[in-house]
Amino acid sequence: MDHGAPIVRDAFGISGLDFNLSNVLMILVTSTIVFILAVVFSRNLQQKPKGLQNFMEWIVDLVKNMINSTMSWKEGKQFLPLGLTLIFYIFIGNVLGIMFMVVYDGELWWKSPTADASITLTLAVLVVLLSHYYGLKMKGTGEYLKGYVRPVPFLLPLKIIEEFANTLTLGMRLYGNMFAGEVLLTLLVGVMASGFLGFVGGLIPTLAWQGFKLFISGIQAFIFVMLTMVYLSHKVSKDH
Amino acid sequence: MFDPSYLVLNAGMGLALGDMIVQLIAFLILIALVTKFAWRPLMNVMENRENHIANEIDQAENNRKESERLLKEAQDELKNTRQSASKIIEDAKLTAQNQQDSILEEARQEALRLKENARTEIEQEIDKAVKQLQDQVATLSVQIASKVIEKELSADEQDELIKEYLNKVGENK
Repeated sequence: MDHGAPIVRDAFGISGLDFNLSNVLMILVTSTIVFILAVVFSRNLQQKPKGLQNFMEWIVDLVKNMINSTMSWKEGKQFLPLGLTLIFYIFIGNVLGIMFMVVYDGELWWKSPTADASITLTLAVLVVLLSHYYGLKMKGTGEYLKGYVRPVPFLLPLKIIEEFANTLTLGMRLYGNMFAGEVLLTLLVGVMASGFLGFVGGLIPTLAWQGFKLFISGIQAFIFVMLTMVYLSHKVSKDH
Repeated sequence: MFDPSYLVLNAGMGLALGDMIVQLIAFLILIALVTKFAWRPLMNVMENRENHIANEIDQAENNRKESERLLKEAQDELKNTRQSASKIIEDAKLTAQNQQDSILEEARQEALRLKENARTEIEQEIDKAVKQLQDQVATLSVQIASKVIEKELSADEQDELIKEYLNKVGENK
């Protein structure tokens, strides 16, 4: 039950540069799976879609609708690849922790990469930075800065706080959900491993929780991308 | 069993800068690769299909208009043809009537002409016959007279006698 993390501190002699090797592993695994799935699902593209292509087009339409509900398609078209990659990456990352966890030599190696605050916050920071970048690029510096004193100038401090709050909540929401899910799953599996009675008693709750976690994985991926589009639209759209 | 310490351990303890860098780089590379190999082709196909469908709809609309136009044209054509056909029939009837009239007229005139010819011929024949008869009668009467009278007459007396008889014949006639 008790396990640590394979952490390398101060790598390459640089102070503060810590690596959690399990995170690094899971990031690479998730990225690879996403890449392979996306490429395999997008093979043999045809005008008349069938099978996997239909599924992919359903996801594309899902993200497209998210973008359309927050900003005009003309402005939002460029965010479609970002949204698609995010929703795939987060969903796959979430799901990877459901099936099993691998503890090797007392250290947890296989888990959801999204059950770690470093990773979710990195994604959140990336999204917020992108929103600022596109805000500057598409509206110009003046218009971008005016966004902070609109509708009334005294909201400026709140607006600045909002940027950090957005980043933090976006990352922490995903992290919290996934981490809580893994903790409960670890507990349930612990109960099941404790003996025959524990196995019988823990089987149903474990299965139920795994199913529920699958649902949460989808919902959280959806929410993350949806909020990404909302934040982007706040910075990018002219009517805000 | 419910030892909260491993929860903290599981969290990986705060933020690891290395992880963040790895995550950032990995995610950016992932976006680039997946966009190039999956999203771009997928979006292109969807866009192409959209255009294709729009084109097909436009084309169908055009075809419908075209066929409507052609139908109208054909109907007009049919109407014109009917009109000209009835006109031709009318003309033919008229021509036939005229021809009939003229043929009848010709026939009538031909008949008249034939009748006239016949009449003149008959009259000529009659004249000829009368003349022949007169000549024969003259000769016969001379022979009869010479036989009856049995006397020589001078040529002058003979002529006078003949004329006298002839006049008598003419009066009898």
